[in-house]
Formats: sequence, structure tokens, C-alpha cells
Amino acid sequence: MPDAISPRGLWGRLGRWLVLLFTFLLALSWAIPLIWAIIASTRPASEPLGRGDVWFGSYLTLENYIRAWSLAPFDLYYVNTIVIVSMILGVQLITVTLAGFAFAHYRFMGKQLLLFFILLQLMIPTTALLAPNFSTIRVLGLFDTRMAIAIPYFGSAFGTFLMRQAFLGVPRDLVDAGTIDGCKWWQLLWHIYLPPSTPVMIAFGLSSVIWHWNEFLWPLVVTNSDKSRPLTAGLVRFTQLGEIGAQWSLLTAATLIVIAPLFIVFLIFQRRFIQSFLHSGLK
Amino acid sequence: MSAPPQQQRKRRPQLLPYLLILPTGVFVILFTAWPTLLSLYQSLFRQRLNIAKFREPTFIGLDNYTNLFVDPRFWQVMRNTTIYVLVTAPVSIILGLFFALLANRALRGIGFARLAFFHPTILPMVSAATIWMFFFTPDYGLFNTFLVNLGYTGPQNWAGNPHLALPAVMIVAIWKNAGYYMIFYLAGLQNLPVDVYEAAVLDGANWWQMLWRITFPLLRRTTLFISTIAFIGAFQMVDQIFVLTGGGPSRASTVLLFYLWQERFENQNIGKAATLTVILVIFLLIFTVTNFILSERKEDNAYA
Repeated sequence: MPDAISPRGLWGRLGRWLVLLFTFLLALSWAIPLIWAIIASTRPASEPLGRGDVWFGSYLTLENYIRAWSLAPFDLYYVNTIVIVSMILGVQLITVTLAGFAFAHYRFMGKQLLLFFILLQLMIPTTALLAPNFSTIRVLGLFDTRMAIAIPYFGSAFGTFLMRQAFLGVPRDLVDAGTIDGCKWWQLLWHIYLPPSTPVMIAFGLSSVIWHWNEFLWPLVVTNSDKSRPLTAGLVRFTQLGEIGAQWSLLTAATLIVIAPLFIVFLIFQRRFIQSFLHSGLK
Repeated sequence: MSAPPQQQRKRRPQLLPYLLILPTGVFVILFTAWPTLLSLYQSLFRQRLNIAKFREPTFIGLDNYTNLFVDPRFWQVMRNTTIYVLVTAPVSIILGLFFALLANRALRGIGFARLAFFHPTILPMVSAATIWMFFFTPDYGLFNTFLVNLGYTGPQNWAGNPHLALPAVMIVAIWKNAGYYMIFYLAGLQNLPVDVYEAAVLDGANWWQMLWRITFPLLRRTTLFISTIAFIGAFQMVDQIFVLTGGGPSRASTVLLFYLWQERFENQNIGKAATLTVILVIFLLIFTVTNFILSERKEDNAYA
């Protein structure tokens, strides 16, 4: 409902303030898990949590972070996650741009059928196909490599569709002018189609990075050692280490190590992020 | 779509568009089409990698399916899945709408509320679950402390209690997703026509009437879109189960995808896993097609 349309008068104003207060209390409670995790991670290990005593310790410390890092190779997990996410993004940007361009610019036999075929990937998500895809990874000899985690995502129906929509929005006159000037297809793509479509591309890129940074199940299935294990799978392994038990400050520190980089980037580029998530709503 | 230059091109058939689609096509064939067909095929065979005499696949027709359909464990998993999907998706959507209505104000500081509602979307599910693990901890866990303060003295070990394990993993899923759906509603709310509301005010409509008679009907398309991603997403959301309950106790929190993972990677049962994959794919297709039909029908009488 538009903000302009709101109750007037004394009671109306009072009501508005109550709603606002309620909104902030609700928002605060929604954020409690993360707030608690941040606070608990700074609690000295010598002061375990107890009933009614789960927040700050007697002093602040970073020892949990150091200890968590010494118990599991988080630096290696970082490298793996970053390599995997970059590989996927790099290849995707090329494949979805080319396919999106073909579907937006050309007329050819079987176009609708091919588009439908590619959009199958949206209806049957890769996650659901982890059992047969695991066999494929075995056959390709990729088990326990970073490539195994990345390769199923190299083609993206979602990205292809987004780029096609963006390219269809480019004014026809511009494209025609380019064609008359004798542009080759890659010149048309690079100079005419891509510049106005970069916001969509960035949006797709961001959602791809977030999605794959956070993915757990597929990496769990196709990795077997720390040389290829990403942050998410590493964290779950860490929580199951025998010596961890219920050391919550240690667990929260490890969790925050995994969350931090992406979350900080998110806080800085909030608007862009939210915009990018909205783009996944383009129908 | 029918601009003149394209008509020129149409005359001689060309290879280029196919070549441009090829890279995407190859990966879709390799990791979507092929595995779907492979599962259909493998579901007709008995093959277990950890039992010597069943290592090689034997054709058994539809036995994998009939075996599942008489297995009470399968029905328990289906029951859990139904509850999981039919509760988490709608509850997250309704909460998302509620958050959007609350946060749709031009006020300084409201950004904090939006951020607070939205931030779980950015977190990896396994990290979120690790934090929530503490909330469900018996005795001093935050959730229980809170409930005790409200006067609740019932069972406290959420993850280990057969009645509370499934609700626990559902709570985490709802907490993580509501804010994601909120942003679609926020966008929808900001696109609503102001003049309709002004007319309604002149007609003497109150806030409540406007909400039900104008806002909700106008948000129908947004809701339909969100439902598609919410229901399809719910089938795939199992990461927190690995962290919180491991599917237990005694399968109380096992849903279809988790069951499929167990059969394939813990029991090495290729045939059964393939059968479960087929069933999961059928469910996903049913939801997608239903939503597609619904959204097409709405288009006819859309005054939005």
C-alpha cells in the first residue's frame, strides 16, 4: 500500500508509531541468531555457556577465530570456494551471453524448441539430479576436484533467459544501424547489445556467486579431501570434529569465518545485491 | 521480432545461432537431460554397490517402484516431505508479505528492518543451521530459555525429539527464506497505482478494506511467481538437515531429497536412488506445470 495513504489524526499517528515499534522489535528478533553468533564468538573459551549466560564473557577475545583456523584449513577452503565460484561465473558469463544473443537476435529453425529444451534446467534443478550426475563425474574422472563442483553449472538456463530478455529490450533501430554499418556479429554483440545489458549481467553474476558460495550438498557429494572442499562442506566437517563438541564460541567463530567475506561485501553493496535478487523475479 | 534485417538472414540457413547455443546446450544435455534419462533407465534395475551379488545391474521392471510403495519408511518420508513443503513455503510467503507491508515506508531507519529481514538469504544454509543448532540446544539454548520464560516446560531437545525435529528444520528454512520473498513483495508494493488508493479513500474505504480489496488482488501475480520458486525451492532445501538432525531421530526429519542422498551415498543403492530421483523430478514438474497453467489463466482476466 502506498505510504501516502495512511491513517491521519491522533489515533492514526499513535497507531503508526506502534506499528513502527513493532516492526523494529520484530526485525531485531529476526537478527538475533547472527547477533548472538557474533557476540558468542568473542567469548573466552574458558567460560562455557550456561543457562541464562549465553552472551558476552568477562572480556572480548579473538582466540576462538585463531583456534578454529588452526583446527581446519579454512584458508584452503577459501581458495577452493573462490576458485569454484570464479570458474562458474567466468564460464557462465560467456555461455549465457552467446546463447542469449542467439535467441534474441536470430531467427532459425527449432528456436522455440531449443529454448524450451534449455529451460528444462529450470524445471529439473541440478540439485535433484545429484545421483546420476555423480556417476557422470566419476566417468569423466573428475571426482574430488574443484572442476567437479563447477562443471554442472557451466550452462545456465536462468542466465540464458535473463540475457535474452535484456537483449530483446535493446532498441531495434540501434541493431539495424549496426547491421547497415557492416558490423560483424561479435561487434553487434559487444558494442550494441552488451552495453545496455550490463546491469542484468551484474545482477545475474551476483546471484550466481551467492548461490554457489553457499552451496553445500553437491560439493559434499563430489569431494573427498581438503584439496577440493569448499567452505560450506569444510564447516560441516568442522562441526563434526570430535574435539569440538559443544564449544559454542569455537563453532560460532568458524561459522563467522565462513559467512564474513560475502556478508561484508553484501553490507557494502546492499542495494545492488537486493536489485540482483529482484532480477531473478523478471518473468 | 520481425524486423527487416532478420528476413534477409532467413533466406540462407545458417549455422551461427546453433554454434552460439552449443556450449549451453552441451552442458544442459550432459547435466540435465542425460541424468534424467539415466535415472529413468536405472530405476528399472536392481543394483547395489555394497553387496557383492547385486553389484551388476539386473533388470527387474517396476519392482523398485512397487517395493517403495509398500515400504512404510517411504511413506513416512513422503509424509515428512509433504508437511515440510506445504508448511515452509506458504508460511515463508505469508511472512514475506507481512514483512513487506511493515517495511514499505519511506522512513529513515526502515533500511535496518529490511536488512534484518533479508540478511538470512545471503548466509549459507549450513552456517545458519550451525547457529540455530545452539537455539535448539537443550537446557541453556536460547529458544528453550525463551519458551521457559513464557512458562513452557515441555520437551526441550528439539533436534533429538521425534515430534520436534521436523519443526526445527522447518523453522530454520522459514527464517532463511521469508526475507527473500519480502523483496519481491516490496517491489510489487512499490509498483501499485497510487490513484486507485486515492479513489478508495474518497469512497471512504478504510485501511483494512484497501488491504483486502486492492492490495492483495493486485499482488496476485507477484504471489504466483514467489510460489513457484518457494515450492520448488522447498523440495531442494535439505542442507540444514545435515547439520541439525541428520534426518533423525528415526527418520522423523528425513525428506525426499535427503532420503535420496542416503540411499545413493550411504546405502550405495543405485536402483532405489534412481527411482527416488524419478519421483522427485515428477513432483517438481507437477509444481512447475501447475504454476505455469495458473499464471497463464490469470493473464486472461488480469486487470493488473
